[in-house]
Amino acid sequence: MKDEKKENVVEELPVNANEKTEDLHGENLGDRVRVLSPGMMVAKRFFRSKLSIIGLLMLVILFVASFVGPIFSKWSSNGKPVRDETSIPTATPYKIEYTIDGKTYYAYDIFVSENPAYNAYGDIDSNHLLGTDQWGYDIFTNLLIGGRISLTIGFVVIILETIIGVILGGLAGYFGGWVDNLIMRIVDILSCIPTLPIMLILSATLTANGIEDIRRLYFLMIILTLFGWVGTARLVRGQILSLREQEFMLAAKCSGLSTYRKIFKHLLPNVMPQLIVSMTMGLGSIILMEATLGYLNLGAPLDTPTWGSMINTASNPIFLDLYPHFWVPPGICITLAILAFNFVGDGLRDAFDPKMKR
Amino acid sequence: MLKYCIKRLLLSILILLGVSLILYVLVSFMPVDYFEDQIRNSLGGAVENNEAEVQAKLDSIKAYYGLDSNVFKGYFNWLSRLCKGDLGNSFVEKQPVEDVIFRDMGVSFGISLVALILELLIAIPLGIKCACNQYGKLDYFVTVLTMIGISFPTFFLGGIVKKVFATDLGWFEPIGLKSSLPMNATDWERFADMLWHLVLPMFVLVVLSIGGWMRYTRTNTLEVLNADYIRTARAKGLSEKSVVYKHVFRNTLIPLVTMLAGTLPSLFGGAMITETVFDLPGIGNTAWKLMQAGDIPFIMGYNMFIAVLTIIGILLTDIMYAVVDPRVKLR
Repeated sequence: MKDEKKENVVEELPVNANEKTEDLHGENLGDRVRVLSPGMMVAKRFFRSKLSIIGLLMLVILFVASFVGPIFSKWSSNGKPVRDETSIPTATPYKIEYTIDGKTYYAYDIFVSENPAYNAYGDIDSNHLLGTDQWGYDIFTNLLIGGRISLTIGFVVIILETIIGVILGGLAGYFGGWVDNLIMRIVDILSCIPTLPIMLILSATLTANGIEDIRRLYFLMIILTLFGWVGTARLVRGQILSLREQEFMLAAKCSGLSTYRKIFKHLLPNVMPQLIVSMTMGLGSIILMEATLGYLNLGAPLDTPTWGSMINTASNPIFLDLYPHFWVPPGICITLAILAFNFVGDGLRDAFDPKMKR
Repeated sequence: MLKYCIKRLLLSILILLGVSLILYVLVSFMPVDYFEDQIRNSLGGAVENNEAEVQAKLDSIKAYYGLDSNVFKGYFNWLSRLCKGDLGNSFVEKQPVEDVIFRDMGVSFGISLVALILELLIAIPLGIKCACNQYGKLDYFVTVLTMIGISFPTFFLGGIVKKVFATDLGWFEPIGLKSSLPMNATDWERFADMLWHLVLPMFVLVVLSIGGWMRYTRTNTLEVLNADYIRTARAKGLSEKSVVYKHVFRNTLIPLVTMLAGTLPSLFGGAMITETVFDLPGIGNTAWKLMQAGDIPFIMGYNMFIAVLTIIGILLTDIMYAVVDPRVKLR
């Protein structure tokens, strides 16, 4: 408890009780005492945890690398990967065997092939920090460009999910009765539908309908939001159910505020902490979803660099065994991104809720 | 209690109806060509000769599942067959769907059950230990490790483990459940061989889900440690050991038992990605293959199976909560 008090009032300058207001030279008494706003307190608690700072740093590095990095890479132009067209002639020696008058002769020749016409399966060197993939693209540059889609797609999904979830969960919690019943039954139904199988079916459907480029991933993500809002709705409803019984809501009612104002100005701000935490954690799970879809070859097409489509190489036993530099780097990036979002989410949860330390 | 259960069961039926309708509509978006291919494949070789047969079969399937015209008619067809206990025959496996599910469920169930037991055996003691030394070195270390475990994508961890321990070191088998053994191998040898194949998948499953259990145990233990009755126990002069292992431990188990009921779908429904990575002959792997092939009866059957498991899991969670904690009353 002692700590809590210290947090509220950081710096208390001695104020002489006999001093009159005029003696403060027009200064308000409040200016002498620095009071932290709730937001600042949250930020202070957040930055006190080492893990959340590590998570935040990781995120900043990942984002900056993906959005700024490709500009300085010579294997990308305008955010598109550029193929390494240096053809590496392969000289294959082979033996010719021919027989003249019953005598067998051997000769050696060299077969020079110009194919492939690009530097595929390139080794790790100064030119290609992580080598090149099966189509001759620089893996390191692909990794940077791939981060753009993989890191940002989550934000779109989470924001859409939150909007739908807040509106429906808020309605259910605030009005109760048949509205609540109807919405919660829909939530029940949707949460009983297994996500991954649905993604599988829909991806097959999209492919068969000719949607095979990056749009397939976008469609799947939209569908993911249609199933994903239920968690948010549950959370918001639960919170609002308990909040609306509290005194400040009675006060709001007595002041004759409109329903809109009561929901959006008085109830929702109180749900925000939990919402922000669940959104942060959700971002990690969307990255995981994109990667899983990519691994199962259901998401972005293989020649469009995203972390998901790059880790798809791990599903091929040949790449898995012989070319670990194809799939290990994207895997590490995915893991780091999810880890970072989890760290930040965890830090935020503790920062918002002083009772639940870590 | 009984009234509550009946009410919930009736509600469950309503939910299942909704789930099945949504699933059916989604499945019906699949283009018809997909099924044409499937039928051609299933008829095998001399397709050219019996084009009429293909067409007839395709038409009957289209009409039956309402693919070309009326989805709802197809849905009610499916539903009425379901009420008679008939899920239809899988296109690919050419067996009743329930047979396919029960055939492959055993392997998945065995793996998940052993993994779950291992997880609990490791996670609960660790979680309690961490909570008792909150902010200690062990606590920090384990929390970070857990977070890393949670963040690892299944296929990535599976890939690394396969590459390092199976391909490079050659200690374990990368895929499958059985290797070719001599004909006269004893049952014991066969069993040992199977266990050998299961080491890596089991490791992946345990590492990935142990974190969740540990965090949950830790949070609960922390909550229990702050309860009044623990203070009473300490005030009574009980030893710390007795406080933790008798009073705290039991109360920590309450939410864990309820959470256990929620693992039902993953116990029986198979771990789709782990099974695919290690090519285990479980239900998850089968489901992945058949779903890609557009096998409607199986897709419907399997997903309904998962939905039923989920609903039973939620119901059990609520009932268990009232059973283990007499303070909770169900209404």
